[in-house]
Amino acid sequence: MTEMSMVESIRQTLEDEMARDERVMVLGEDVGVSGGVFRATDGLHARFGPDRVVDTPVSEAAIIGASIGLATAGMIPVPELQFLGFSHQAFHQISHQLARWRYRTAGRYHAPVTIRAPFGGGVRTPELHSDGFEAIFAQGPGLKVVMPSTAADAKGLLTTAIRDPDPVLFLEPLKGYRLQRDDVPAGEHLVPFGKARIAREGTDVTVIAWSAMVYIALEAAEAAEQYGVSVEVLDLRSLVPLDVETIGEHIGRTGRAVIVQESPLTAGFASEVVAVAQEAAFLSLEAPMVRVSGWDLPYPMPLVEDWYVPDAARVLDAVLRTARY
Amino acid sequence: MTGTDTNSRPITPFTQVLNEHGEQVAAPPALDDETLRGMMRLMKLGRHLDAKAISLQRRGKLGTFAPMSGQEAATVGSIFAMDPVTDWVVPQYREQLAMLHSGLTISTYLLQRQGNPVGSALPTATRLFPQQVALAAHLPHAVGAAWGSRLRGEQSAAICYFGDGASSEGDFHEACNLAGVLKVPVIFLCQNNQWAISTPFSRQTAASSIADRAPGYGIAGERVDGNDVLAMYAATARARARGLAGDGPTLIEAVTYRLGAHTTADDPTRYVDSAAAEAWKTRDPLLRYGSWLRATGRWDDDAEAECDAWCTAQIDAGVEGLNSAGDVDPHDLFRNLYAEEPVTLARQRKEFERFLEEKR
Repeated sequence: MTEMSMVESIRQTLEDEMARDERVMVLGEDVGVSGGVFRATDGLHARFGPDRVVDTPVSEAAIIGASIGLATAGMIPVPELQFLGFSHQAFHQISHQLARWRYRTAGRYHAPVTIRAPFGGGVRTPELHSDGFEAIFAQGPGLKVVMPSTAADAKGLLTTAIRDPDPVLFLEPLKGYRLQRDDVPAGEHLVPFGKARIAREGTDVTVIAWSAMVYIALEAAEAAEQYGVSVEVLDLRSLVPLDVETIGEHIGRTGRAVIVQESPLTAGFASEVVAVAQEAAFLSLEAPMVRVSGWDLPYPMPLVEDWYVPDAARVLDAVLRTARY
Repeated sequence: MTGTDTNSRPITPFTQVLNEHGEQVAAPPALDDETLRGMMRLMKLGRHLDAKAISLQRRGKLGTFAPMSGQEAATVGSIFAMDPVTDWVVPQYREQLAMLHSGLTISTYLLQRQGNPVGSALPTATRLFPQQVALAAHLPHAVGAAWGSRLRGEQSAAICYFGDGASSEGDFHEACNLAGVLKVPVIFLCQNNQWAISTPFSRQTAASSIADRAPGYGIAGERVDGNDVLAMYAATARARARGLAGDGPTLIEAVTYRLGAHTTADDPTRYVDSAAAEAWKTRDPLLRYGSWLRATGRWDDDAEAECDAWCTAQIDAGVEGLNSAGDVDPHDLFRNLYAEEPVTLARQRKEFERFLEEKR
């Protein structure tokens, strides 16, 4: 075990996977000589050279599009989109081309591509950087969407992603990069997709979250104790594939659920979780399931973003309403 | 330059081996007679296949597809300069001849145009990409494939086909720029057939040429008579050699003309000036090349008849494959999306299979 931040864990995992398999390469804007704007690729250029750690032009569509070709030619590209906010410049390449590569070629080709992209609020980025688009990408068949919340999971899930034969969108919470340090297992560590993590045990209300919202959920769960409400927190880890069994089982047990997401409410992934949960646990439900989310607004300017991103107070309010229903 | 008609003044030279009358105006590429005749056979196969496929489409046997008549020389000359076993072939949707040359069977081509999922199958002995329908989205793919092969230590180039319409897309710019920076051995082959459905080239760009953009990317560019198969072969061979020598990508603009409709769903009489179209018919690539082959003793009436019979046999066999393919398999719907099917998709597939079972 080594204690490290999430961004350090990601950097170390990239280095380990590149050392393990010479087909693994990193490409993107400022990922090489400078080591990435968040230092997620720091030191890789010096160790593996400019052929495997490639500074590209500012061209999101070409970064992802070229990754499809690179993968087809036998490489394992790990492209970085500098911010998920810029992913729509490559949306057609991600959802229409990359995600469907195996399907469109009837299995002749496949694309082991892991797209890394930081997203999310709380770090005062300029406008158009912080949006969470996970639901938009989760709706495109063929793409796995993975969203770790801890440094240990970042290692385990990123390793799984890089070794996956199919494309993965690996979303990294900007706020979670250096929010806290936790113990990361040394050596080989793989976390399977589609298996939620029980971040906290509890008996009255199930709170489901992913990525940076897991910490908000945990904070609210602690606060609920003083009201005599026992809250369990599930960290989904991956939205696609989704751990429908665990969601159904846990909500079936408590009968009360709050789903927390940072992105806007309407047609967000929390709605999908609600749908899955009511299909699995309809007769066990004791209260309407509640979604806590960003408002249906464009991601706002930095000085007002704290009123946009869900906080523990809003989650606690939802937990208490659910518990007392 | 204000007020001048740039359309009449291409900056990039327009290369030809055969002029519009089939007269040799430059040294032809050094190809053996069998290869020279092979190019003619493939060009004629294309013309025959278009006619057959249109007739099948009219009878409801095929879905919407894009005929290629008029562009045989641009496709055949360029694909003959590539090695489909080692090189990547990345077509748009009007390069059926490049796909056939890369090992796709006529029956698979027809099944694809019919909309049958089994028509998505690609040959495994060559490096053929699927046809691309989202314009210019495949240009970055071709860059990546050629780049990846270089990283793997292979002598391999990529050729990527697209049209004048696709050259207006952002992916065109991103791909040319990235390939230039990385000196990737990719050939961007723009078939400028003067039309993007109903939009003429003059509405696609204010520039006189696509190839003129090459210097802006720091890459090689060449404007070629796209109805001259020998010029197309020579230009593509030069571009491939340049790429494999480490000198980077080439943007080739094949100046040609779409003699038919954009697709079988299109009615060009609504927008095409018939006099201009008639003029292009006199530049038919088959006539031009055929007359040179005859003048140099490589083709005659017997060869023509033999070739027509061969084309008919090939196409008949393809149609036989189409007709004998049987019913579509609804299970294909759920195949080939993931190596490992997610639980949520598995549940949907089982629900679908239950429906199929009940319907039976």
